[in-house]
Formats: sequence, C-alpha cells, structure tokens
Amino acid sequence: MAEPLLCVEDLKTHFFTRAGVVKAVDGVSFALERGRILGLVGESGSGKTVTGFSIIGLVDPPGRITGGRILFKGRDLAALPEPELRKFRGANIAMIFQDPAMTLNPVLRIDTQMIEAVRAHAAVGEGDARSRERARQRALAALAMVGIPAPEECLRAYPHQLSGGMRQRVAIAVAMMNKPDLIIADEPTTALDVTIQGQILYEVQRLCRETGTALIWITHDLTVVAAIADEIAVMYAGKIVEYGAADDVLDRPRHPYTAGLLNSVPSRNAKGVPLAQIPGMTPSLLDPPPGCLFRQRCARATAACAADPALAGDPSTGAHVFRCHHPLEAA
Amino acid sequence: MTAPLIALEGIKCLFVRRLDLAARIGNALGAGLREDVVHAVDGVDLAIREGEVVGLVGESGCGKSTLGRIVAGILAPSAGTVRYRGNDVAALPRRERKAASLAVQMIFQDPFASLNPRKRVDSTIGEAPRVHGLVPARELSRYVDDLMRRVGLDPALKRRYPHQFSGGQRQRIGIARALAVKPEFLVCDEAVAALDVSIQAQIINLFLKLRAEANLTYLFISHDLGVVRHLSDRVAIMYLGRIVEEGPADAVFAQPNHPYTQALLAEVPRLDRRKRDFTPVKGEIPSPFAPPPGCHFHPRCPHAMDRCRREVPVLKTIAPGRKSACHLNG
Repeated sequence: MAEPLLCVEDLKTHFFTRAGVVKAVDGVSFALERGRILGLVGESGSGKTVTGFSIIGLVDPPGRITGGRILFKGRDLAALPEPELRKFRGANIAMIFQDPAMTLNPVLRIDTQMIEAVRAHAAVGEGDARSRERARQRALAALAMVGIPAPEECLRAYPHQLSGGMRQRVAIAVAMMNKPDLIIADEPTTALDVTIQGQILYEVQRLCRETGTALIWITHDLTVVAAIADEIAVMYAGKIVEYGAADDVLDRPRHPYTAGLLNSVPSRNAKGVPLAQIPGMTPSLLDPPPGCLFRQRCARATAACAADPALAGDPSTGAHVFRCHHPLEAA
Repeated sequence: MTAPLIALEGIKCLFVRRLDLAARIGNALGAGLREDVVHAVDGVDLAIREGEVVGLVGESGCGKSTLGRIVAGILAPSAGTVRYRGNDVAALPRRERKAASLAVQMIFQDPFASLNPRKRVDSTIGEAPRVHGLVPARELSRYVDDLMRRVGLDPALKRRYPHQFSGGQRQRIGIARALAVKPEFLVCDEAVAALDVSIQAQIINLFLKLRAEANLTYLFISHDLGVVRHLSDRVAIMYLGRIVEEGPADAVFAQPNHPYTQALLAEVPRLDRRKRDFTPVKGEIPSPFAPPPGCHFHPRCPHAMDRCRREVPVLKTIAPGRKSACHLNG
C-alpha cells in the first residue's frame, strides 16, 4: 500500500479553561490517501471541527495539541513551529469553512483577495510567479473550475454582491487555487439550499477525482456523507467510535451510536411512526469520566463499559474498526 | 364538509424598500429611480383541514417563512384573506379575533434567538396564559409544571434561564410556550433545522406525540424533505413566492409532477444514494427583486418552452387532491 498522504496518530487537543480541562479531541487516529474523501461525522461538541483545526494548526489558546502526531507527507505538523506551519497552510493544506460570509473579507473585491492568496504562497513552489497577472489568471481558472458561470465578473465583485452558493464556490476556489494536497471542509454546505448543495457536492467530487486532492469533509449530516465519502469516521465525545469504508459503516454499523444516528434519519423510518431516538444528550467534555462516554445513552451498556473500550482492529489498514465492548453483530 | 381550520385565499405579501433622501433628490432631478418591491408571497391559496399536517417546502427566499408568519397572524398580508374556521380573521370582532389568534401559535427556528435570555423558563411559559386569563394565578405554577412534563422537561428546572439549557431543551421550552395558550394549530418554521440529528429525532417524536394527544394541526415549514416526508399528510412546494405543487405527501414524493419538485427530490442526499454522479439543477435561485417573467422556474427548467417565458402557469388540479402549476400539463 502506498504511503498515506495524511496520517493522524492518537491526536489529543485539550482546552485548558478556568473550569478545568476540556478534552475536545482525545486520541483520534486515521489515515487518508490521495484523492480519497473522508467523511468526519459527529454531532455538535463531538470534536470534529477541532480535529480539522488541529490538522491545519488553527487551534487557539486555551486550546493546545497535547499529544499525538499529525504526519503529512511524512512530516509531523504537530511538532512544527508556526513559521514552518505557515508554509503548509494554504499551500499544501487548505480549509473551507462553514460560513462563506465569514471567510471572505467584505471590504475587498474577490480579485484582490484571490490574488493575495496566490502571491502569498508563490514563494513555496512557484519561484518567479510574482507577477500579478499570472496570479489573476490562476484565480480565473480556479473560479471556472468550481463552476462559476461568469468568472471575469465574479472577480470584480464584492462578496455581498454574490449569493451564498456563489460565495461558497469562491471559498472553494480559493482553497483549490494553490493546488493543495489536502482540503479540510468544515460543514461547507450546511448553510446552503438543497439544489445549491447538490451543485457544490457535484463540483467537489469532480475536483477530487480530477486533481487527486484528498478531502476531509466534516459534517453532522449522514446523508451528505453517504453521497460523497469513500471512508467515514464517526466521532463521539472527542473520540472516533467507528471508522471504515463508507458502505461498511452505513450498511453494517457496529457501534450502537452509529446505529442510533442512522436510525434517527427520518427517511430510514416508516412515515409517521416515532423515530428511533437516542435518549439523553451529548456529555460535557469537561473532565470526562473514564470509560465509554456513550454508556449513559446506550441500550447495550453493562458494567464493563466503565472501562475504556479499546479500538478493535487496526485503523492504518483501512479495516472497519470501532470502539465498543458490546458491538452490534456483524451482518 | 366543514370549513377548513385555516384557509388562505389569494394571499400576497409585498415588501417595499422606500427611496431614501438621496434617491428622492435624484428623482427630483430626473434620475427616475424606482422603489424596490419584493413579492415575498405572490398569490397563494392553501387550505388546511383540522388534524392535518401540511408540509411547506422550499428553498431560502421562496417566501415560506413569510407565509408561515401570515398564517400565525404575526404579519398582515398585503392582499388576500386568512380564514379561520370559515371566517375572515381581519373582519372578526375583537374578542373573536383574539381567540382566533390564540388558537394559532408559532414555533421558531432558532432556539437561541426566540427565547428572552433575561426571563426564567417559568415566566416564559407562564406569561401568556396568565395575561390572557386562561389559568388562575394560584394554579399557574402547576400548569407550567404540567406543560414542562408534556414536552419532556423536568419541572425542577423551571427557575433557570434559557442559557442554562441545550439547543434541544430550548426548543422544547419554545414548544411549551406555544402550547401554553391551548392552541389548535401550530406553525413550525424550520423548528428542527438547528438541531443535531439525534436531538432532531427527539423533537420530531415530540411533535408526533403532541399531535396524537391534543389533535393538533400543523403547518410544518422546512427545507428538509426527509423531515417533511416523515411528518406530513400533505405537502405544498413553494418557489419564489408561489406554490408550484400541492398534494398528498406520498403521491408527491412518489411521483412529483412539477419539474422543480422533481429537481428538488433528485437533489436530496439520502443514505441509500452512494457516490452517485450528481447532475445538479443548473443556475441560482433568481433574485426576488427581479423574478423571471412567466414561470419563475423557467431559467433553470430543462423542459422550458416559449410559453413558459411569457405566461404564468396557474395551479391546476391534475389528479384528485393534486395540483401543479406547469404548462407541461396543458
């Protein structure tokens, strides 16, 4: 098997607040190859966004990566000093945020922002690409690539003149512009309408296939992940509780939490009958107790669950792994 | 047949952006600037019978929330009539109008913005029944406890403030507040959109339970077709201020007639649709300031013909109980 592009090993990102230590990400491991799409699924507070921020080095104090390694092309990003990390960020690893209105600077035209992004990283791989015109051409090409109908006009527009879907396309174009090896997309379609979401999913999938860019798609929406992901990692309370090929996780879930999430999707249920629901709510990650954090909400929990369940299987081999003492039967 | 609980007839709602001083001076000098007018709701007829759940589906800017607010009486329509049990609400005497407006309550999307952060939960829930004299003061506390239990909250938490609750719990508080005046009709405007999947399932189950208990009628506004399909008896699909299709939920989802409904259904990501090649609908949702003439959907429609660009299609009955506004139906 080829060396994976990204290999996250036992990542721990903790927030040191006055009230105590919040273990937002607590021992997360996964690997991602070129051109693959990983769906990172979880509810709010599960640590999925913090995982993404940790990889790209955007965790702000009081948060800190306290353990583990993030191997990107063989280099450990978690150990790199900030100036070194800057060279990776935006050039090799790009991020798409949830709210396109927040990503773009409202007082600068799109061309100013895109050209700035190209030139800021030109020193990394381009050498003499310092000319403004070449940066502009590149921005234009990126806009055309994400399916913007009139890229010339779009370049001259201010962000408020574009619709939400258009803005998100621009944000994706900015992320793609420096031809990164990895894109981290944090709920990029959550704020968009169904038909626009369909368009974005289509473009992103096509771009990954064509350019070989790997993608981490962070979302709470299982149906979106089903549409695009090759692999799925389900997060709960700072840990990956289940991880494997998309079809395995969606059709043959082993962890009760994954099964519960899948069963609570309305289209899975007969019309009008009560949905299968997971009782209770997500636990606080402030000084969490040891053991499986899902046990209070789990129908299968026993006394054994007070001890931390080990991850069954080896995540680096791409097998279907899960973290549970009482997994559902393999179908 | 008895009159429907709520009937909308020819409802229109316009929002006008008045010219500011600079524009008026410009006009005096002959600039010829016009006021911007948005037809948020453009001639909607919809009847909702007692005990029914009607799903109202559409993308952002289609006017579904505006329509919901008109039904709930928060917003007055620019034209058209809202009938409650056959009577024009605007023409009712004061006392009956109050009863009619209490009977229709609304649940909002954002459980953070819709609760007063400086009020304790018991006064948020208990204020309306006290003001309207529905419950004697000394029974109010017990009444609030009952309501909280009905929506799945622990009455012991009633002296807390909204910020001490999670999103799902706040939505339950919003539901309890709406139920407090004993409504017959609930308008739920994206009531589960801001919630996590597992919490969303809990709230949907609560809606189903309340419907069975209190014979409530719902207008369920959502962009999430999965949720609407699960809850609704009938659905109405809106696009840019007009209803383009209406009918029994099962029939519409199984055999959508209008090209927009077809596109919308094709676009919905589903668990059983894996890594398919998307063939998305082209184009953006047009600006409501300048909607395309004729059928609003024609610039994005694969079947658009000449007639669609000129003539507005009317909502016609295409099968018993089903209506669609498309020239393809003749």
